[in-house]
Amino acid sequence: MAIDHVSSGRKVGRYILLALMAAVVLFPIYVMVIASLKPGNKAFVHPLLPGDFTFSTLREAWNSGSLGRALWVSTIVSVIVTLAEVITAILAAYAFVFLKFPGQKIIFAIFLATLLVPLEATLTVNRRTMQSLGWLNSYKALTLPFLATAFGIFMIRQVFLTIPKEMREAASMDGLGHIGFMYEVAVPLSRPTIGALALFSFLTSWNQYLWPNLVTTNAKYNTVQTGLKALRFASLDKPNLVIAGTVIVALPIFVVLIAFQRQLVRGLTAGAVKG
Amino acid sequence: MKKRRWRDAGLAAVLIGPSAAVLGLFVIYPLLKAVWLGRERCSNAKCSTNGWHQYVDAFRSNEFQDALVVTLKYALITVPIGLVLGIGLAVLADKYIRGVGIFRTIFSSTVATSVAVASVMWFFLFNPNIGVLAHYLGGVFKSPGLLQDSHTALWAVSASSIWANLGFTFIVVTAGLQSVPKDLYESAYVDGATGFGRFTNVTLPMISPTLLFATVVLTTRAFQSFGEIDILTAGGPAPTNPTTTLTYLAYGKGLPTSGDDGLRSTVSVLLFFVLLVLALVQFRGLDKRVHYGN
Repeated sequence: MAIDHVSSGRKVGRYILLALMAAVVLFPIYVMVIASLKPGNKAFVHPLLPGDFTFSTLREAWNSGSLGRALWVSTIVSVIVTLAEVITAILAAYAFVFLKFPGQKIIFAIFLATLLVPLEATLTVNRRTMQSLGWLNSYKALTLPFLATAFGIFMIRQVFLTIPKEMREAASMDGLGHIGFMYEVAVPLSRPTIGALALFSFLTSWNQYLWPNLVTTNAKYNTVQTGLKALRFASLDKPNLVIAGTVIVALPIFVVLIAFQRQLVRGLTAGAVKG
Repeated sequence: MKKRRWRDAGLAAVLIGPSAAVLGLFVIYPLLKAVWLGRERCSNAKCSTNGWHQYVDAFRSNEFQDALVVTLKYALITVPIGLVLGIGLAVLADKYIRGVGIFRTIFSSTVATSVAVASVMWFFLFNPNIGVLAHYLGGVFKSPGLLQDSHTALWAVSASSIWANLGFTFIVVTAGLQSVPKDLYESAYVDGATGFGRFTNVTLPMISPTLLFATVVLTTRAFQSFGEIDILTAGGPAPTNPTTTLTYLAYGKGLPTSGDDGLRSTVSVLLFFVLLVLALVQFRGLDKRVHYGN
């Protein structure tokens, strides 16, 4: 760190700047948390100052909206999507890297081309598909279209490509078949990337907004996002409840992200950094 | 060799099958079907065709042109500001000093807020009656409120979106900075480059692939933004609808497209082509200036 020896004066300046920016970034979150910890009648009197500390607003929000239910639906949907997306990606990526089969290049090119198709261009027809199958308002509708993605296949393919072909040949001579090699060698070697993909697809699924809005009308199938929208429009006369609801809903994902920060960085930067 | 290709074919079909089924049924088929459906007008399940001309008509319509302009403005506000802020924060937190980890966590934290969470937060910040900004600042914040004033609504939505995307940009740029070899800075330092000189001559070129990636992602997000508009302004305020973006035009409420799968498809297929052109332009134009090293 030879060039990073900054003088103490500049160091103080940097800390002040860092703290200032941190305050700006945290400001909206701070305001929400403060408001959610006050009793309803005092929530907006001095919006920046804490006071009359109470959990009653949070409790009321939890009870009035069906937030518990929405958290449950979102969790189920995201876990299914994540597991499926990771598994389908591993299987397909394995075939593209370690097998030779007719039409391989063309199929891969078609898969890759689907990356260019924005979700918005497919949703209307997908909604009609779900409707004609009678699957509106169901977990099937919420999960099915996302059980495999070209992004996931591509990400796992890239890491499988780094596994030396000689390893496969050696394993083959030891009598290890493809499934065995995938399970015992390829997957363990790619664990960090698989973890990153899992976190990335969990977050993407958790944050889905437009699709759940299109295929669910029954509040029973509200995800966190559609539930929050419903809460925002239903309880406008009690804004502090909406704010408390938002805090409740945001909390679990904050915890997940702080716990898995490293995987997140890897997932988000998968396409960004050369090498 | 030929024999081996066919020997693996069965296993390959099994491994690729699930992905092919999902991508085929829910990406490729709906895209082709949407292109076909885009020639029609529908009410409920009944559709009647207008022919391919519907694409031309829709593209030329005032609604589409207005939404295209709004979307371009929105992208031109959110992408450059978001990038500059993200780079600024990343550079600020890149130096190795005590406690920088906490600041990194804080700057990354907005990735943890979904579109709905971020939008509801900002909806209340901007609220003219109970919002913090109206409380302390008054003025346009109080009456009619930033989201209700047609001159400020798009800027207010942009603020929410820039904030929500800041964590993403920060993380990506930070990763880019960390991949820059330290000896490059050493030699620039030895050559007497100032801090700013080192930033423009070493840092920026070295992280340009990262910046290209961030630019493409942020632009795509701007073009696909729906949730923040749905929650903050519902495309309004009427009658000028200064926040009705292309995606909102396709899927929003109370629009000519509402309940009309045909017209919805027309608009979303047009959106697809706009994004395709945009991606090509970005990669053609920016790729030349990007330094990939050797």
